[in-house]
Amino acid sequence: MSVAVVSPWIIGSGLLQVGLFLLGAPLLVGLMRTVRCRMEGRVGPPIRQPWRELRKLLLKSRSQPEHSTLVFAIAPVVLMATTLVVVWLTPLLSVRVTLSGGSDLFAIVFLLLLGSVSLSLAALDTGTAFGGMGSSRLMTIVALAEPALLVAILALAATVHSSSLATIMLAALHHPIWLVTPQRLLSFSAFVVVVLAESGRLPVDNPATHLELTMIHEALILEYSGPDLALIKLAESIRLTFLLALLANLFFPWGVSFSASGISLLIGTFVLLAKVAVLGVVISAGEVAVAKLRLFRVPELLAGAFMLSILAVLSALVIA
Amino acid sequence: MTRPTSFSRAPRSILDIETTDLVQRASELLADDFRLASVVGHDDTTSLRVVYVFLKGPPDQRVELSVRLDPARAQVPTLAAVSFSASRFERELRDLFGIEPVNHPQARRLVLHQHWPQAWHPMLRNAGEAPKMVGNGDGYPFIPVDGPGVYEVPVGPVHAGLIEPGHFRFFVVGETILRMKARLWFTHKGIEKLIEGRSIEEGLEIAQRVSGDTTVGHGLAFIMAVEEALGIEVSEVHRRRRAQVLEMERLYNHVADMGALCNDVAFSVANSMALTIRERLLRLNEDLTGHRLLRGAVRLGACGLRRSLSLDEIDSLGVQINELLEVVRTNALVLDRFSGTAFLSGVDARDLGTVGPVARSSGLGLDARNAHPFVEMPSAFDVVTDERGDVLARFEVRAREIGVALECLRAWSLDAFEPVADAVHDQREDRRESTSVRLRSGLGVVEGWRGVIVHRVELDNTGLISRLKIVDPSFLNWPALPVCLADTILPDFPVANKSFNLSYAGNDL
Repeated sequence: MSVAVVSPWIIGSGLLQVGLFLLGAPLLVGLMRTVRCRMEGRVGPPIRQPWRELRKLLLKSRSQPEHSTLVFAIAPVVLMATTLVVVWLTPLLSVRVTLSGGSDLFAIVFLLLLGSVSLSLAALDTGTAFGGMGSSRLMTIVALAEPALLVAILALAATVHSSSLATIMLAALHHPIWLVTPQRLLSFSAFVVVVLAESGRLPVDNPATHLELTMIHEALILEYSGPDLALIKLAESIRLTFLLALLANLFFPWGVSFSASGISLLIGTFVLLAKVAVLGVVISAGEVAVAKLRLFRVPELLAGAFMLSILAVLSALVIA
Repeated sequence: MTRPTSFSRAPRSILDIETTDLVQRASELLADDFRLASVVGHDDTTSLRVVYVFLKGPPDQRVELSVRLDPARAQVPTLAAVSFSASRFERELRDLFGIEPVNHPQARRLVLHQHWPQAWHPMLRNAGEAPKMVGNGDGYPFIPVDGPGVYEVPVGPVHAGLIEPGHFRFFVVGETILRMKARLWFTHKGIEKLIEGRSIEEGLEIAQRVSGDTTVGHGLAFIMAVEEALGIEVSEVHRRRRAQVLEMERLYNHVADMGALCNDVAFSVANSMALTIRERLLRLNEDLTGHRLLRGAVRLGACGLRRSLSLDEIDSLGVQINELLEVVRTNALVLDRFSGTAFLSGVDARDLGTVGPVARSSGLGLDARNAHPFVEMPSAFDVVTDERGDVLARFEVRAREIGVALECLRAWSLDAFEPVADAVHDQREDRRESTSVRLRSGLGVVEGWRGVIVHRVELDNTGLISRLKIVDPSFLNWPALPVCLADTILPDFPVANKSFNLSYAGNDL
């Protein structure tokens, strides 16, 4: 581990990154909805619609179910806080934001998990049937998705002997041939599945459904309203954006800023926006063509992702 | 009664029997493959009367057993041991008329919720105004399911989507449904009471609104019952027009159902396509009849249809619908969700007395267009069945019925379409003069898009409706839904429910 050097540059670019995600994430969700609507022959709401919804929710008063405790009250804050910390720590615009070992991929995964767990606890805290049902489903998925994610990361880390995101990206850029090694391709496939599962997209979960019995992520937050719900919605859109950005930077690292210059940071910002937007469009276009899996098939899908990441590790070891 | 040339109304035998003979006679009819289609209570002021309607076909056979009850004892022997449908009709009778089915296995209420006073039976002539509700409606006897890890999920009656109110209580282990209880009758409006004492015109308006998506089905069943009571014969041309609007109603509803099924497995592009086709059909409806939901098309002795669908319109609808089917049938994820889900065996489907696409998807060839026709069907007509009994079968039966409906419309579209006078009203005035005091009754049987709809009407000597009994296919099909959920997981319930797509309004009345 290197010694932490906290310069104004690091703080500045970190703040830029957080600000960008805070403002841009709902727009990504809006973009994805619009793409899907257009592809299905519907007009759809404007791209800024998620922001309008957030404003509406923020103007409402808070409410908390009877008999629920502090767990329910702080879960949205924990979710948002962990999400923002993750965004702050991860080198997405520039590899120079690293706060010592902060960009460690394992740390990122566990911080994200902390957010999910706090929501699940909050859902149990309400004591409703749907809360329990939703958290049981989410934990099943998380328990299967996280190992796949960790092993996929291991495959990437094995090549460069470091789980630091910055190191992995730098190594890939210095050795472009590493971008298409078998372990990277396998781990990319596993990553995509896990990202879809973690962010509650098809074919694992349907973010647009009103059918309470089929819900996974939505069932957890049924009891939330007003500013709390706004916080959760915003945090979830940031998580989706973050996961797409992570995917983009791990596997397509071009354009990330290396130098401490404003120009390269600006370029890094635009390239990241473009990469995330493209991924978002590709995912929502893909969602048009698929249906939601039967819940009992989701473990099969995630087990498949886990196998892919195991294979990625094996091929990394063999090649090394 | 004059018998028109090619097609005549099937004769109806009305047998007055003693209550003691009821079980014997009903069992004989059921053993002879008759189906109990309706049980109608009547309050004739001095005594109560119950009419059991049995149907069989083809050939079209209609038998009614009429039982007059002892004024001192409002009791009938229960038929629950020989017919499941009968047990439900009897519970309805007990709630609405206070007629006790002796030895009925289920003592609890069906129609009236717990907050209505026990002794109040709204269909009796002297029931008076609705009394004040007692309590908060608690005390519904859900059968508890115990065991390690069993939990309850209550859903509704207020749902997240824009659907009708019904309460579902799931008893679940993990995700597997052990038992589901559907509690309905939240939309019980007293339609049968509302229609009493009204004119035929008013009755027709109400009948068309029994269930908003079955305007023609209920309107037609009602008017055919009235026409039989009045002895009105409808010309061949008008009967064909009625058959056309009936198929138009089937088309738009089946298309919407197929889209909704896909939407419930998050395949929303197919729903968008289906809604586009549905909208086109609704506009055609408006063009053909003046109303998007076909209201007002069915009239006494006639049918208001401005024109038939043109061959071009039928062809292009066929192309659009095939496009939709292609998209669905080639999607492995959708097929995986549909196939094997919510299986209803043929035996269960028959024993529970199911009708319509639900019954046909479990292999029962039950179709009133075949069994109780009011017009000669074109050679393209076929009763569509599927043996598989799952959601996929219920999707495919609808898909194929759409094809059959289009072919029937194609055959009828070749009809010459000149206006035909329907001088019905004069006829009716004549009859009003000549009728005796005796009540005139009529039975209307129509294969609506959800299944067979039965209306039994009695008119008094002034031509007003003294009693109308409505049987919506949903009343018969609702009990099958919990049965097919064995081995189904909770997140598959919405698609299973949608594959039945039963009416709450038509059930609750």
